[in-house]
Amino acid sequence: MEGEDRRSRALAAVRALAAIALVAFSGAARADALDDTLTRFLADKFSQSEKAVGELAAEAPANAAAILEALGDNRLMIDPADHLVAVKTAAGAILNARTGTPLQGVDSAAFKKVRVNNAVRSAIEGAMGALTLANPDPERRLAAAEDIFKSRDAKAAPALKAQLAKESDPRVAAALRLAQASIVAVSGAAPAEDCLAAIATLKDRGDQDAQSLIDQIAQKATDPAVKSAAASALTTIHGRLALWGVTQNLWYGLSAASVLLLAAIGLAITFGVMGVINMAHGEMVMLGAYATYLVQILLPPSLEEWSLAFAIPAAFVVSGAVGVAIERLVIRFLYTRPLETLLATWGVSLILQQGVRSLFGASNRQVMNPRFMSGAFELGGLSITTNRLWIIVISALVFIGLQVVLRLTPFGLQMRAVTQNRRMAAAMGVSTTRVDMLAFALGSGVAGIAGVALSQIDNVSPNLGQGYIIDSFMVVVFGGVGNLWGTAFGALMIGLANKLLEPMIGAVQGQIVLLIVIILFIQRRPRGLFALRGRAVEA
Amino acid sequence: MSARLDRLGLVFVATLIAAAIAVPLLSLAIPPDSPFYLPPYLVQLFGKYLCYAILAVALDLVWGYCGILSLGHGAFFALGGYAMGMYLMRQIGARGVYANPILPDFMVFLNWKELPVAWWGFNWFPYAIAMAALVPGLLALAFGWFAFRSRVTGVYLSIITQAMTFALYKEFFRNDFGFGGNNGLTDFKDLIGFSLQSASTKAALFSASAVALILAYLVSRAIIASKYGKALVAVRDAESRMRFLGYRVENYKLFVFVLSAVIAGIAGALYVPQVGIINPSEFAPANSIEAAIWVAVGGRGTLIGAALGAIAVNFAKTWFTGAFPEYWLYGLGLLFVLVTLFLPKGLLGLALKVGQPKPREVISVAAIEEGAEP
Repeated sequence: MEGEDRRSRALAAVRALAAIALVAFSGAARADALDDTLTRFLADKFSQSEKAVGELAAEAPANAAAILEALGDNRLMIDPADHLVAVKTAAGAILNARTGTPLQGVDSAAFKKVRVNNAVRSAIEGAMGALTLANPDPERRLAAAEDIFKSRDAKAAPALKAQLAKESDPRVAAALRLAQASIVAVSGAAPAEDCLAAIATLKDRGDQDAQSLIDQIAQKATDPAVKSAAASALTTIHGRLALWGVTQNLWYGLSAASVLLLAAIGLAITFGVMGVINMAHGEMVMLGAYATYLVQILLPPSLEEWSLAFAIPAAFVVSGAVGVAIERLVIRFLYTRPLETLLATWGVSLILQQGVRSLFGASNRQVMNPRFMSGAFELGGLSITTNRLWIIVISALVFIGLQVVLRLTPFGLQMRAVTQNRRMAAAMGVSTTRVDMLAFALGSGVAGIAGVALSQIDNVSPNLGQGYIIDSFMVVVFGGVGNLWGTAFGALMIGLANKLLEPMIGAVQGQIVLLIVIILFIQRRPRGLFALRGRAVEA
Repeated sequence: MSARLDRLGLVFVATLIAAAIAVPLLSLAIPPDSPFYLPPYLVQLFGKYLCYAILAVALDLVWGYCGILSLGHGAFFALGGYAMGMYLMRQIGARGVYANPILPDFMVFLNWKELPVAWWGFNWFPYAIAMAALVPGLLALAFGWFAFRSRVTGVYLSIITQAMTFALYKEFFRNDFGFGGNNGLTDFKDLIGFSLQSASTKAALFSASAVALILAYLVSRAIIASKYGKALVAVRDAESRMRFLGYRVENYKLFVFVLSAVIAGIAGALYVPQVGIINPSEFAPANSIEAAIWVAVGGRGTLIGAALGAIAVNFAKTWFTGAFPEYWLYGLGLLFVLVTLFLPKGLLGLALKVGQPKPREVISVAAIEEGAEP
């Protein structure tokens, strides 16, 4: 007994020593574990390889990813005779798998590939995911977690759990929980408390994906608590999604309204001042778009980013000049015959379209988006394209600029006077012909600026203007003439109504309904929503 | 001017009667190697011009005599065309690609099981003809009732008539609307039993178009010459004054607008069997504006001028688009500009003025007060 006791004590001492040694040389111990793992590959058996892959994922040594990648690509080599495991790089060099250093003086013919089958491959995929989850870079971890959320890969569950336990970054932790929830949702066999946790997590996310995942939980669940939690979460998400949907449509409506406002505001000026409809107004917009194209071609590449800054004044000048030419050569002579002005300017529009077609060809011209105007971003549940945002900004600036011109400059004062009562203004010494010419220049120039903006979202082709002309008329007719607020309000109403009707009855039907509504509206208020009042207006 | 115009009107009717008789003879009774022979494609082309001329007369009735520049007359024309197209579609019967005796091909293609209600009765020719007149008439009635009652005039009226044809243009493009979508209706075979391919049918359609043009002219002329017509012209020149005098201006306008739409619809119905297709592009706003220029070229308020203008412009279009396709739009555009600038009364107005002693300029008080068109 005593001898045995002594022996056991001695053994304990040895064990303690060994333990100390292990702690002291833990680096070495880990290396030994890697050695053991690598040794498994030497057997070149699928079961051993799979086990080795699992160990690599769990131990996560620094070169694990390289080894796994090599294995997956059939580049992991073994030399069973010399007990060597090597990684062959894509370039053909042979590296020691354990250290990553090149193996000198070995015969590459002695190596053979480690074979992989589908089981090993899927083990590799899972291991790679787990490895990225443990990546020191939080951005990489986040991306890995989001990948798992998308793939809903149940094999990643243990790695997720392990990482979640030690995760310090709250963003990554949230993503990990979501990934976990998605796995729970598709597995269907998870315990009730896991399901409840998953539902809570998904409810917080509250988007389309979450909705469909909770739906899956609800369908598979048997536990009444889970079922009711899922149902209430679904109602919440439905409500939120509907709200975001409406907000998104409002945004689209605002965007459409800004385009309409840009296209119509120049028309409102010329129509307001002179009472004639310029059917070539759409072509002024088209010329502005082509001016943008030309500016982009002519500018040196270093100024590419700033091309729009050059294009806006260029388009204003080009369209304004053409507008003045039309006023001087055609419209001036047709003052008392507004209906014929309609026909004559239609003729001008045909000539301008065909002219551009002859010069630039009938096909679309490519106008670049500067970098700051391309792309999109998310705002809550909204997705906002940057160029649309800029067009709203441009139309707001144009609107404000025109208001300033009309309210604060002598020319604006004269223009308003002529709009309200032409003959009285003339009697007071306002040169109406000069005002007409300048108003036409201003209206056409603004149309040119609209063309710059539209070149960013629409095809630059000779028919560009045709697509906007009828809508612009509707805006002007709806909003009333001689009042820019009316135009802005008209554009806003038509843009919003268009986009809110679209999801309900389709784009074309929505437009038709709107046209009919406007036609009926004109019956009630033939001079538009914001009609000028006064004796001269009824003429 | 009126007496000379009436004399010209007689010449016009006589020429049309002569054409209605001579063209079939030249096309059918003369051997093809004769220099006077008219090949069927030309007969068809002239028939098409005559349909345009009817449309121009209809537009001149409202524009020239009542001051309503409708930019939606192409819609009435196209609606009449669709009514005829639907009849011709039903006549195809089992000869279509899918050999369905009831449903036109496009419906079979869309997997429809039964004929939509709107298509009922269109296998019956008199019904189709009645619809070709009624549908445009009713649309004009509804539209005009709203528009004239609330005194929508001038450019506003032009713009909303354009919006009307634009709305129809979009609607007819939709496959679900049930009229063939963007392909429209085509592949017609025969009309009341006569093959549309045969030279005799083409000649008959030409004569029918000529007769329809004569009738449209005579009816319009009768209206213009009547007391009602005088009031109509007065409405054109001084609308407010007429209203103050106690005339129901909107009723005068509404009647002439509806009548004009009916005439346009019949023109469309005659047009479709001759061109062999009707599709939504007939509703395009550009078509309606082009019709206005035919009237302007020939001379507003003359009826004959409108008809001649339609024929002349379309003849030029055919020739131009064949010879210099890329210059036609320049030509058409210039025509719009030059005619409105320099020929306010059109070619016929110019012709009538030649040889007349220049009348003293009379400036009416009403024109100054209202800024109305002189």
